Amino acid sequence: MIEIRWHGRGGQGAVTSVEMLALAAIEEGKYAQGFPAFGPERRGAPVMAFNRVSDKPIKIRSGIYRPDVVVVLDPSLVGLVPVTDGLKPGGILIVNTTKPAEDLRKKLNYSGKLFTVDASHIAREELGVPIANTTMLGAVLKATGVLSLAAMKSPLEHRFGRVAVKNMSAMKRAFNEMKSAKAA
Amino acid sequence: MAKKKTEQKKWPEKWHEVNPGCMVFAAGSAANYKTGSWKSQRPLTDNAKCIKCGICYIFCPEACIQEVKDGFFEANLDYCKGCGICAHECWPGAIVMREEEE
Amino acid sequence: MGKRIGMEVAIAAAEAVALCNIDVAAVYPITPQSHIAEHMADIIHDGRIDAEFITVESEHSAISACAGASAAGARAYTATSSQGLMLMHEILPIVSAMRLPICMANANRAVSGPLNIWNDHGDIMPQRDSGWISLFTENGQEAIDLSIMSFKIAEDPEVMLPCVVNIDGFQLTHMIEPLELPGQAEVAKFLPPRKPFAQLHPDNPISMGCFAMPDTYTETVKAKETALINSKKIITRVFSEWAKRFGRKYNVVETYRTKGADTLLLTMGSMGETAATAVDEMRKAGKKVGLVKLRLWRPFPVEELKAAIKECKTLIVMDRAISTGGAGGPVATDIKSLLYGEKTRPRILNVIAGLGGRDLTVEDFVAMFEMAKKKKDETYELYGVRE
Repeated sequence: MIEIRWHGRGGQGAVTSVEMLALAAIEEGKYAQGFPAFGPERRGAPVMAFNRVSDKPIKIRSGIYRPDVVVVLDPSLVGLVPVTDGLKPGGILIVNTTKPAEDLRKKLNYSGKLFTVDASHIAREELGVPIANTTMLGAVLKATGVLSLAAMKSPLEHRFGRVAVKNMSAMKRAFNEMKSAKAA
Repeated sequence: MAKKKTEQKKWPEKWHEVNPGCMVFAAGSAANYKTGSWKSQRPLTDNAKCIKCGICYIFCPEACIQEVKDGFFEANLDYCKGCGICAHECWPGAIVMREEEE
Repeated sequence: MGKRIGMEVAIAAAEAVALCNIDVAAVYPITPQSHIAEHMADIIHDGRIDAEFITVESEHSAISACAGASAAGARAYTATSSQGLMLMHEILPIVSAMRLPICMANANRAVSGPLNIWNDHGDIMPQRDSGWISLFTENGQEAIDLSIMSFKIAEDPEVMLPCVVNIDGFQLTHMIEPLELPGQAEVAKFLPPRKPFAQLHPDNPISMGCFAMPDTYTETVKAKETALINSKKIITRVFSEWAKRFGRKYNVVETYRTKGADTLLLTMGSMGETAATAVDEMRKAGKKVGLVKLRLWRPFPVEELKAAIKECKTLIVMDRAISTGGAGGPVATDIKSLLYGEKTRPRILNVIAGLGGRDLTVEDFVAMFEMAKKKKDETYELYGVRE
């Protein structure tokens, strides 16, 4: 079972990301959970959302405290929110950022697996808005291999209708342009 | 489950005789209670003054005032409790309340 | 066997109720039930079912509107949570006394003072004497299945009692997970249109919601109590029918790896799944532990519970609510009372945990088993409270 924690700001679509991932996994015949950090939210406030994906039925209803993967949708959250808290040793950190990986490692005091992608830029080019949630899905898929890009097609079409195509392109670009940081 | 009964017992004797939901199946069974014996005064209508507006019929809380021959109104003394609202509301003052005799 | 799709549990619950072809939904939104209310409104507004959605001004009105609709013969539904359920409180025993088969979803949420929107059972516990049938769900599939079954149970001529399906707020309602919605045709075969025992209609005047003097009231109490206790038979029968038609078997008391267990944990609601994982871990380590899950809360399934716990030495009863100033948690108190007369009974340890949405992890349940070994007396534990 893989446990993923997403960090974003209210209104950036973190909950939509976990929903898309969960729906895609379930359509592939896997078992999955997608849920937000429960509670009231407001636009701009830091939020978290979670996924569990497994080939076996998932019988855990608690929160995720030791994720295998942490995804940061908004670069301004680095240093503001303890994004690496609980990340399992050998786990993966994926950050939407323009900064070089070494800067992030220093700021977070993090020496584990690190992937970066300028998802905001890709989103602005492909979607016209810097909403990076679907873009980052591409990075997550590449870094974890949990699902194929093709698996995302149906949930995205269902959710985004006409603009699903643009979201798919943004996702594919992040999949391809994501950079793997050197080991610390 | 108990079959629907149209005859309403006065009081159920045993718990299993209680109608489900304590429903009362005899329609209009409240009419069995002749509340008119409570009254200490009764309404008297002077038809010469009555304008047949029906206000007494509308206001009666017991709904015991009925329209009678020629469109006048009369209280059914079996149910009239003598509250005096009809007399109070009557525009031309056609209704007065009179003490019940012993 | 249908195909599993991903869906939010609250949405799925509304979809399940739509399959039941209800006539009236009177729902007032409250977190975390709001997605049920909103989706139900969408379904009816879009004309997907022929029903009336009454936009009432409060939960008190919601249940009252359902009572009126049900008395007129409609299949009525509502949903609420926490403070909303508390606001309905005065009407709940009236609805059960009137034997109106209203079905309700309750998104379990802590009760105010202080205000808390997260999952616990403090909202349903004060309603335990209301005469309603009360079922607990553990996951999204159960939320769907029990929502549909609740109408069949409630409307059965031998039951005619309102039924509440408890779905843990947020933990379940806001969770996207793999679910299977039964087909409309199959549900229609399982659940035909309602045939009311009696209904308000000008053609056949009757009175409902009557008045009882001291010399009658006791008998009406016995009648209602008997009906609620007898409903367990029909609940069990409906569970069996569901298993035959849809392939998923439910029991009023579920057991998980209880064979040979010397310590059992008892849960209600979604924490049962996490507890099952803890049991698996401990069994792997050679500990003889097991899990009992109450699916039916009212009427309390006494015989089934006694059968489930008859071999164990220690029973840890989880409560997600407290009876303030009383004997501890409501579930443990009920179980202790019901076992009082038994010649042999397990040592009962009442653990009150998860209040106000405080998370219960696999580690927490493992810790409770450890604590049960050490604790000598039978006073209740307020798990995790910072002293």
